[in-house]
Order: sequence, then C-alpha cells, then structure tokens
Amino acid sequence: MNHTAERYERFFLIISGVFLAGFLVLLAYTSIHMKIMLPGRVGVIEPRPGEPLAAAVFRTAPFNHLGVKKIGPDDYEAVYFAQAWAFFPRQIEVPVGARIKFIATSVDVTHGFFIAGTRVNMMLLPGQISEETYTFRKPGKYLLICHEYCGLLHHMMHAWVIVK
Amino acid sequence: MSTPIVAAPEGFSLPDDQRRLIKWTIYLGFIVLAFGVLNGLDQALNYAHIDVFRFFPGMRTYYQGLTTHGVFNAIIMTFAFANGFVALTVARGFGSKLNSGLLWASFITILVGTVLTAWAIVSGKASVLYTFYAPLEASWPFYLGLALVVISTWITSLNLFVTLAKYRREHPGQRIPLLSYMGVVTYVFWDIASLGIAIEVVVFLLPWSLGLLKGTDPLVDRTLFWFTGHPIVYFWLLPIYISWYGMIPRQVNGALFSDSAVRIVFLLFLILIPVGFHHQYLDPGVPRSLKYVIAVLTFGVFVPSLMTAFSVMYALEIGGRRAGGSGLIGWFFRIPWKDPSVCAQVLAMLAFMLGGITGLMNASYSMNLEIHNTTFVPGHFHLTVGTAVALSIMGIAYWLVPYLEQKELWSRKAGLVSSWLYFIGVLIFARGMISGGLAGMPRRTAISLIDYPEPHAWKLAGILIGIGGSLMFAGVVVFFVIVAATVLVGKRVEIADIPYSVTLARPQTAGWELGLDRLRYWIAAAVVLIVIIYGPFLASQFPLRLNIPGFVAF
Repeated sequence: MNHTAERYERFFLIISGVFLAGFLVLLAYTSIHMKIMLPGRVGVIEPRPGEPLAAAVFRTAPFNHLGVKKIGPDDYEAVYFAQAWAFFPRQIEVPVGARIKFIATSVDVTHGFFIAGTRVNMMLLPGQISEETYTFRKPGKYLLICHEYCGLLHHMMHAWVIVK
Repeated sequence: MSTPIVAAPEGFSLPDDQRRLIKWTIYLGFIVLAFGVLNGLDQALNYAHIDVFRFFPGMRTYYQGLTTHGVFNAIIMTFAFANGFVALTVARGFGSKLNSGLLWASFITILVGTVLTAWAIVSGKASVLYTFYAPLEASWPFYLGLALVVISTWITSLNLFVTLAKYRREHPGQRIPLLSYMGVVTYVFWDIASLGIAIEVVVFLLPWSLGLLKGTDPLVDRTLFWFTGHPIVYFWLLPIYISWYGMIPRQVNGALFSDSAVRIVFLLFLILIPVGFHHQYLDPGVPRSLKYVIAVLTFGVFVPSLMTAFSVMYALEIGGRRAGGSGLIGWFFRIPWKDPSVCAQVLAMLAFMLGGITGLMNASYSMNLEIHNTTFVPGHFHLTVGTAVALSIMGIAYWLVPYLEQKELWSRKAGLVSSWLYFIGVLIFARGMISGGLAGMPRRTAISLIDYPEPHAWKLAGILIGIGGSLMFAGVVVFFVIVAATVLVGKRVEIADIPYSVTLARPQTAGWELGLDRLRYWIAAAVVLIVIIYGPFLASQFPLRLNIPGFVAF
C-alpha cells in the first residue's frame, strides 16, 4: 500500500511539475514575445533639503508640462501627477490606435493608476516615476481610478481618458 | 501496524496552568475575530451599495472599519491562534510540558499589543489599513502594538526551541516527533520571515511616528513590508497544515502515508521565503529582473501545496474506503461529513483549491496587470486566509474548545450549519469579487460612496458580494454561539487527549531522512537564498532617502 502511494505521489508531482513549467513558459511568451511588460526602474525625484516634494515634482521634467504631447507619428506621451484625491489633468483626449506612454508620479502618498478595462495598471510612489505604454483599440470614455487606499476621500479619486 | 506519529503514545496532558494560558491566548484570537468579522459585514454590504458602517460602534469611516477588519482578522487573530495551537501541538508531540514563564510572557505581550493597536484604530488615528503603507502615518500606539504582537510570536518560538532542546537532551539520537517538527519549523520559518516587517516597524515607522525621524522612503518600507507580507500567508496556513496532516487523518479514520513527505513540505516553505513579489509587480523603482526571479520562485512554492493536496487527499481516501466507500470518488462521500470538525476543514480544503488557482493567476507576471489591486485580489484571499485558514480554525475549535474546557461540544448539528453557511457564502462572495475585479472594480474602496457613474459590470458583482458576505457572517455568528454555549453551558466530560494522526510507516532511524531534522543547515540555506535575492536590491537603496513626510488625512 505504501509503495503504491509513493508511485502515485511521484506521478502526481510530475504532472504538477509539467503544469508549472508550462505556466512559466507561457509567462515568458507573454512578456518576451507579446511584450507585455511590468513597470520597471524609471527614475526618482529628489527634493532639495527643505524643499516640498510637490515643488521638486513640478521642476522635474517631464512633470513641468502636464498632459498629452505628440512625440512621434503615432506616439504620444501623457504626463500626470496624482495628489490626494485627484489626478491632473482631469481629462485627456488621445487617438485610437496610437501608442500612449503614461508617465506619472505622486506628490504625497502612494496612489494607484488604473484605467478600468485595460492593462494600464501601476503604482505611484512619492519620489518615484512610473511609466507604462498602451494602445487603445476601441474609442470610448475610459475611467482612470486610484486603486490604492490614499486617505479619507480615496473613493472619489478618478479622471477620464477620451479615446477618439 | 500503525505507528503513532507523536512520541508519547501512552498519553500526556499539559499542566492546568499551561492549558489555561493556551486557552486564553486562543480565546483572545476569537474575541478579536468577533470584532473583525462584524466589520467584514459592513464591508460586504458596502459593495452592494448599503452604507451601514457609520452606525457601527466606534467606527466613523469605511476605511477605519477596513483597518479593523484586516488587522484584527488577518494579523492578531491568526497570530493568537498560532501561538496557542502550535504551542499545544508541539508540547503534545514531545510529550513534554512547556516553559510557563514564556507562555505567560507571550500571552501578556500579545494582549498589550492588541489593546494598543485597537485603541489607535478605534480612536481614528490609525485608519491606514493592515498594510500601513508609509507615508500614511498612524499614531505610535498602532506601530508599538503591532510590534508587540509580532514579538509575542517570537516569545512563543523561544518556548518551542527550549522545549526542543530539552527533548534532544533527554532523547539523544531520536527523531523529532512529526507533530512537534511541523510546529517548530513553522516558527523557525516565521522568525526569519518576520524580520522584514520588524525592521520596517521598529527601525523606521515607530521612530517616525514619535517624531524622531523626519520622513520615510516609501519604496524601502514597501519592500520590507512585502518581504514578510507574502510569507505571512504561510504563517497563517502552516498551523492549518498541522491540523490537516496531524489531526484530520485520525479524525476521518485514515492515515498519513509518509512521514518524510510532510517534513519536506515544511522545509520547502522554510527555504522558499523570498516569494510573492506580485504585491510589488507594479511598483516603480524595482528592476524587472528582480520581479521575474521571484515570480519563478513563487511558482516553486506551489510544489509543497500540491504535495499537501496529495497527502491529505490520500489520507481522506483511506478513511473513506475503510468506511465502505468505493469507486474513483465514492470514498469522498463516506468520510465523516456529520463531524463538524471534519466537515468544516474539508470544505476549507475545497475552497483552498480555488484559492490556489487564483493565487497562481495573481503571481503570473504579465496577467497581474489585469487584476492588480482590483477586487479579484480579496476574492482570492477570502478563499485562502478567509476560508482555508478561517474555516479550518473554526473546524479545529470544534474539538479544541471541548478539549481545553473539558466540556462537550454544545451542538454538532449547529457546527454543520455554520460550516455550510460559511462555505456557500464564500463561494458567492468570491464569485462577485473575482468577476468585479476582472471588470476593473478597485479593492479597498468605498464603492457605496463613489462620485462617478458605476460601470455596469460592477453592479451584479457588488450584489453577489453583499449576499455572500452576509451568509459568511451568519456562519460565523452560529460558530460564536456554539463556542459561547460550550464554554458556558457545555456538559462536563473528560477528554484525555487531542486527536493526533498515525503514519503508515514508522519514521526512518537511519539514512538520508535524518538530514531533515538537522534544522540549522536548512536555516542556513534559507538565509543564503534571501541574501542572494534581496541583497543587491536593498544594497542599491543606500544611502536611504528618508525624505517623504507623513500624511494623516484619514
């Protein structure tokens, strides 16, 4: 009985191992071939001694020019800052099918930056710059929400992305 | 044929004073759980647009209630239960009493820690949720209280190690009994894993909340938090594994087939401490390579859970076949479903399968972008910690409370009602949370108060969450009625021992298996892996930039 159990267990573990290895291969495929990337290291914002973080953000490029900027034939940059409890700018307009690079940071606490129904999803930490590129395939009015708790009125923190 | 897995088969009972301390440690957990689940009901109703939290005693905002729910249920209740339950199983395994002074110290520490933390939360000065991400700044009793709660677990582990040392002195050359082995490794694992949160709180957040430090570095704080924050789920889970391996086979009249397989499972958890970076997948400032490496290790930690699934199901099958079950799955219906302790824990195992699958999805590098910080995540962890752990604790209580009180369980039937209510409730609840998350519904958000039009797909999700959460709440209410009635009006009976399992084969006394008991080598391996994985990243954060001031608008 004991022997049979050990044989079954080995069989069970081999099957499980094959599944897990398969999952890892799929992950490699999505990140390398489909280029679905997680945010990585972009840059930091260093306040000078005594300088408030917000002041340091506004003098650091690209946060000295908020909003949408065309940087190539089909490439745009959308620059945001987040503050309890709003995103700035509150609404942007971008074209369908263009590559949009979202660049954002926080001037106070940790915020989330999530466009519901898409994979534009990143954390904004005070002092760190976040970046993610996305292409909208369908026109519409997209909801941008903060999905990390940031204080009393966290649930009101949202903005809109109009895709035309 | 069968060999008991504990060392003292002739029976053993703890001295009365030690049994009483263990009892009160576990009851502290239950009391805290009662407040925690009360504040779970208002969270669930909130998703269904029923706004009741302002009527809750001592709670002024949704986020204050959410902080109570998370801190009480996931941190204090689980730690109190582990401190009591694991101390009991380790002592029983060794057939030896514990150190009374350390038992007292652990109980007083967690009690004071709980009071301080609760006071900070109820006074509204610590609505920072159970992740307390800086620069959200709670008042100092919150951090001090949490530090004491963690220290109580260290005192408990010291107690276990002292008892282990005594056993080794008195039984030279003998294997560590399996029941004790599981508990000791659980606490060794936790001692190492808890260092991240301990450093975060004691070195940074507590001095900062007292005004001794001007600011914090949110990224370093998060990294220290999540160093502990994913392994913490295994500290919740491993005491339950002790029950699934060490008691359930006995309760279903089955047996464990392998002693060594269990030891390997616990060692794998010890070695694979650097797992679960999905909490920080979307953080800026962390190199992608680090995220990727830990993603792979996280898939690795799934192996011990799959081994557990096999061993435990095999034990259930032995029991089911002995009771006359036949066929491929016929045995499953012959296990003692009428025993509330078995019923609750087997239902918890079923929920854990769904929890495991959704957990793999969270950890899946690129898929995480779809669901990060949506309600998909609490949907997942209410199946794991919220059911696999919580419902198992209730199941364990159905024999543990009678054992500690020496009284008969008040009603077995009510125990079945509670278990099924909770199980059906969590399936509906998690279905709502998971579908809402896939439609972009954010977690930790007062949905009943949002000021933008709610996307259509969130509405059905919210109703399911409200219904499922209410059923779970009803299940817990029945549980507390049973515990209270057992304590207050239960019939006096003599219960000599706890239900420990047997293994099909006696543990090996020679060969490679002996290496499984040489814990110091496994500890060294765990530390080396941690240094390799976390060392370069943490080193790159020096000199620390503690320049982000606190924020208290909550």
